[in-house]
Amino acid sequence: MSGSSNLVAMKKVVQQLRFEASINRVKVSQAAADLQQFCMQNALHDPLLTGVSSSTNPFRTQKLCSFL
Amino acid sequence: MGEMDQMKKEAEGLKSQIEAARKAAADTTLADAASGVAPAPRVQLKTRKTLKGHLAKIYAMHWATDCRLDHAMLMVSASQDGKLIIWDAFSGNKINAVPLKSSWVMTCAYAPSGNLVASGGLDNMCTVYNLKTPVVKTVKELDAHTGYLSCARFLSDTEILTASGDTTCALWDIETGKQKTVFLNHVGDCMCLALSPDMNMFISGACDSLAKLWDIRDGTCKQTFQGHTSDINAISFFPSGNAVVTGSDDCTCKMYDLRSDQEVISYQDAQLNSGVTSLALSVSGRLIFAGYDDFNCNIWDSLKGEKVGVLSGHDNRVSCTGVPQDGMCVCTGSWDSFLKIWN
Repeated sequence: MSGSSNLVAMKKVVQQLRFEASINRVKVSQAAADLQQFCMQNALHDPLLTGVSSSTNPFRTQKLCSFL
Repeated sequence: MGEMDQMKKEAEGLKSQIEAARKAAADTTLADAASGVAPAPRVQLKTRKTLKGHLAKIYAMHWATDCRLDHAMLMVSASQDGKLIIWDAFSGNKINAVPLKSSWVMTCAYAPSGNLVASGGLDNMCTVYNLKTPVVKTVKELDAHTGYLSCARFLSDTEILTASGDTTCALWDIETGKQKTVFLNHVGDCMCLALSPDMNMFISGACDSLAKLWDIRDGTCKQTFQGHTSDINAISFFPSGNAVVTGSDDCTCKMYDLRSDQEVISYQDAQLNSGVTSLALSVSGRLIFAGYDDFNCNIWDSLKGEKVGVLSGHDNRVSCTGVPQDGMCVCTGSWDSFLKIWN
C-alpha cells in the first residue's frame, strides 16, 4: 500500500535528520585555520604551486645536441 | 495529527535545528579567515604533452596511484569510441587499448595496485579488467545497478565503490561479483564519488544538488551538504581529509568543511556561466583545477576563492581532470578527443 511505504520512507528521513542534527560542529574559524595550516605546511612540496624548473621537469624531454 | 503529519513536523523542526547549529558555528568565512594569507602566485601552466589516439569524446581519466613505475607515468582514459587506453604520460605512448563491450562509457578507474582497471556507463555495469595477463582480460562484470554507472573507484584489487544513476552507491566484492553494501539516501542520480585519504569514508555528489559523506564499513550517511542549486558533477576530498570540494551545473565550485558541517567558500565568477564537469586539487590543496563546459579549466585559490589561472587549449568541453599522487602535473581530458598534460 503506497500509504504505508510513504510512512516508512518518512520515518527514514526523520531518523537520518535526527542523526545529522546530533553531530558536534567545530567553529568555522578553527576549521579555516586548519585548512590554511595544511596548505602552508605543504606549499613547498606542491610542484604546481611552486613551479617545476625545466631541468627537473620530467615532461620536458632532454634534447641532446651533437656537433657533426 | 496523523502520524505522517507529526513526522513532517518533526522533520521541519530538525532541519531548522541543523540550520541554527550551522549558523552558530559560522563565526567567519574561509575567505575572511584567509585574508592575511599571501595570494597564490599567478599560475601559468603549459601543455607538455597532448595524448592523441581516441576517436571520440573522452569522458573520464584516472591516474594510477603509484604512477611513476619503470620511468613511466601511467593513467587510464575512457572514450565513447569504445576504448579504454592506458597511457604513459611521459612518452605519450599507448601501453594498452582495451575494447569495451559497450561504447557508452562514463567512468574509468585504476586500481591502487596497478593490476586492474574498471569502466562503466549506460550499460549499468562496472566491468573490471586485468592488465597483467598476457592479453587484457575481463575479470568481472558487476551487474546490479538499475541505472547508469557514473563513477567507480577501487579500494583494493578485491573491492570497488560505484555511483549510479539509480540514486545509489555500492561497495562490491569483485571476486564474488556481489554488492556488499548499498548506500541509500540520495534522491537524484549519483554523479560522482571520491574516497577519503584514510579510505574509511567516501563522498558522493548527485543530481539532488547534495553531497553526502558515507562510512564505508557501516553503510550509513554521516553528513549531508547543501548549497548547490543544480547537479553536482564532480567531487574531491581536500588532501587533509577534513573538507570536500564539489563542482556543479550551477557553474560554481564549493568547499564544505566536514567538522563545521557546512559550506565555507564558493568559487564563482559573474562571467562564468558554464557548468563544472570535473575537478582536481593540487597536493597542498591550495589549487583547484576545475573543468567547465566552456572548454576551459579554471584554476582557483582554494583559500581565497580567487581565480589564479586558466588552462585553455581544448576545442570542446573539458570532461575530466586529474592530478597524480606526486602532484607533478595536471591532466585534462576533453570531448575534443585529446588529453593534455600541463605543468
